[in-house]
Amino acid sequence: MDHLDILENKSIHIIREAYKQFHQLGLLWSIGKDSTTLLWLCRKAFFGNLPFPVIHIDTTFKFPEMYTFRDHWAKEWKLNLIISKNQEALDRGIGYATHDAITCCDELKTKALKQLIAQKKFKAILVGIRRDEHGIRAKERVFSPRSENFTWNYKNQPTELWDQYNSSAESSDHMRIHPLLHWTELDIWEYIKRENIPINELYFAKNGKRYRSLGCMPITKPIDSTATTVDAIIAELKTTKTAERAGRSQDKETAYAMQKLRSLGYM
Amino acid sequence: MNTLNFVIVGHVDHGKSTLIGRLLYDTNALPTDRVEELKAACNALGRELEFSFITDHLQEEREQNVTIDTTQIKFKTQNRDYTIIDAPGHKEFLKNMMTGASQAEAAALIVDAKEGVQEQTRRHASIIALLGIKQVVVLLNKMDLVEFSKERFDQLKAQTETFFKTLDMTPAHIIPIVAKDGDNCANPSTRMQWYSGLTFLEALDQFTIKEKPTNKPLRYSVQDVYKVGEKRILVGRVEAGVLKSGQKITFLPSNKQTVVKTIEVFGNEGKKEAEAGECIGITISDPLFIERGEIACAVEQPPIIAQKIESNVFWFSSKNFEKKDKITIKLATQEASCRVEQLERIDSSTFEVIEHDATQLCPTEIGRFVLIPEKPIVIEDFNEVEELGRFVLELNGEAAGGGIVVSKQDKA
Repeated sequence: MDHLDILENKSIHIIREAYKQFHQLGLLWSIGKDSTTLLWLCRKAFFGNLPFPVIHIDTTFKFPEMYTFRDHWAKEWKLNLIISKNQEALDRGIGYATHDAITCCDELKTKALKQLIAQKKFKAILVGIRRDEHGIRAKERVFSPRSENFTWNYKNQPTELWDQYNSSAESSDHMRIHPLLHWTELDIWEYIKRENIPINELYFAKNGKRYRSLGCMPITKPIDSTATTVDAIIAELKTTKTAERAGRSQDKETAYAMQKLRSLGYM
Repeated sequence: MNTLNFVIVGHVDHGKSTLIGRLLYDTNALPTDRVEELKAACNALGRELEFSFITDHLQEEREQNVTIDTTQIKFKTQNRDYTIIDAPGHKEFLKNMMTGASQAEAAALIVDAKEGVQEQTRRHASIIALLGIKQVVVLLNKMDLVEFSKERFDQLKAQTETFFKTLDMTPAHIIPIVAKDGDNCANPSTRMQWYSGLTFLEALDQFTIKEKPTNKPLRYSVQDVYKVGEKRILVGRVEAGVLKSGQKITFLPSNKQTVVKTIEVFGNEGKKEAEAGECIGITISDPLFIERGEIACAVEQPPIIAQKIESNVFWFSSKNFEKKDKITIKLATQEASCRVEQLERIDSSTFEVIEHDATQLCPTEIGRFVLIPEKPIVIEDFNEVEELGRFVLELNGEAAGGGIVVSKQDKA
């Protein structure tokens, strides 16, 4: 087995453990490269038919290309797609024109997910975060419990030995499950290449710019790049000295913005 | 390229996080904007560039200068890729240290040259031993605080070797370093000419990545059963050996024999073989009732089916264990409630027996357990098939202890 096989098998093992422990499971699909890879791995784990729904938290501020991509592949892959918005916050006028990024993220992403979990009674959510994205995410567990008010108790995380995952969520509201925690950005792109996974066009350079990480339009900035193919992206990542989420302003507003967002339940 | 996972352990403040930061810095693994972000965060606290901030990412960790939780971070040398696992040194966070260490196949134990071997130094070494990690390097850090003294180095070296001997282990190298300045980390030191051994990075490059046990008899642990169309697919992982379509297998512990009809992998129809490490599905020739927890094995070479399991277990739960309590063993996909026939309490720092016939086990102690599972458990020696030789004990649904099986057990 090569290193992509090792990563893939570990993820499939985690996904199957997740489904065995929690039948009320959902997959969070942000339409980006990581969660699309996760979706691909789930299709493999379940022989093409996902036995659980795929959730898109729609802030309504995503790129048009993301909505097109979502609708196309949801149909193609026959996904049970749940689109969820925090309508109440949108009605109150929460948006990037009038509010800061942290407020928008909390209201339009975290709270929207919170409402959905309560409504559909999900016991576990698969999320495509990786350790190498951010120092705070590097401290995550594969099976990570969240309390009823959604907080992440990062000072007292459960012990997780080898691949024996913490299955009881007794005192917790739901489990976040992270099957891609051990992948790097480069691994993802090498796997996308090998598997020929469909990927949003926004990742490829147009007029000298491309998006390296996708989020809400007003707070997501493209990077300078000439990479128009997956191969070119892989070559670019091997030499880059900038961080993947450099274009995502919600991580940056203050030194511990990501920690605060995550302790409130952000992904 | 394959990755070697190694964990850095040791007493609090002996320099684990600083060493990691230094290694990343010296091997050019840090994005420029992350170094800038780091400098800004250090500035805000009125400090010089602090290498430990690279892994200590929580606000509390930075303000109090202590690692709370384990972190993983990647870097590479010309030889291969690495994942460094940072583990906290405080007694209070031992369970986080263990979480990190369980993902490692090599360990670096760091010791402050001035303070010498401390309580958590020994405790971490014993946890490394209990987790079955055999590749260990010892780093004697802060040599600048002892004037780069060879005498001090020799004295500490002897001391370390002695306590490793009590654990039945030998460190591959013992290296004098100054983590904050980088001496003997990625580059040789010019301040300790008397030392002619390897740098830490060179020592790491000599460690080996364990091969999957492909040449051992087949063991296939069943995770779940899926109904896909007309097929009943038993999904699971090949833990050892090679699984082939048409092969005769026995499911244990239920002792049901059948033949592998097909191997099921989405997008790879008609696959004929799967080797150790692969997560696949199989269909079988007979309509047997098979559940999660069964282990499909090569018919001629059955594994150990244990009615009794003896092992040293590190107790990381914050609650005491009472011998009369029921406890659950989780080993691969097997799960069974156990009663404890015998319990011995061992101090994880001094390795001394506290009590031979104990009725209770306390947090951070090692328990020598004799467990009687309610149903037989398929096991292997950890050194043969890791996945079937390591287990977690759960108390009231929470992971509370962990250990490995190294001695041969009663055959069924």
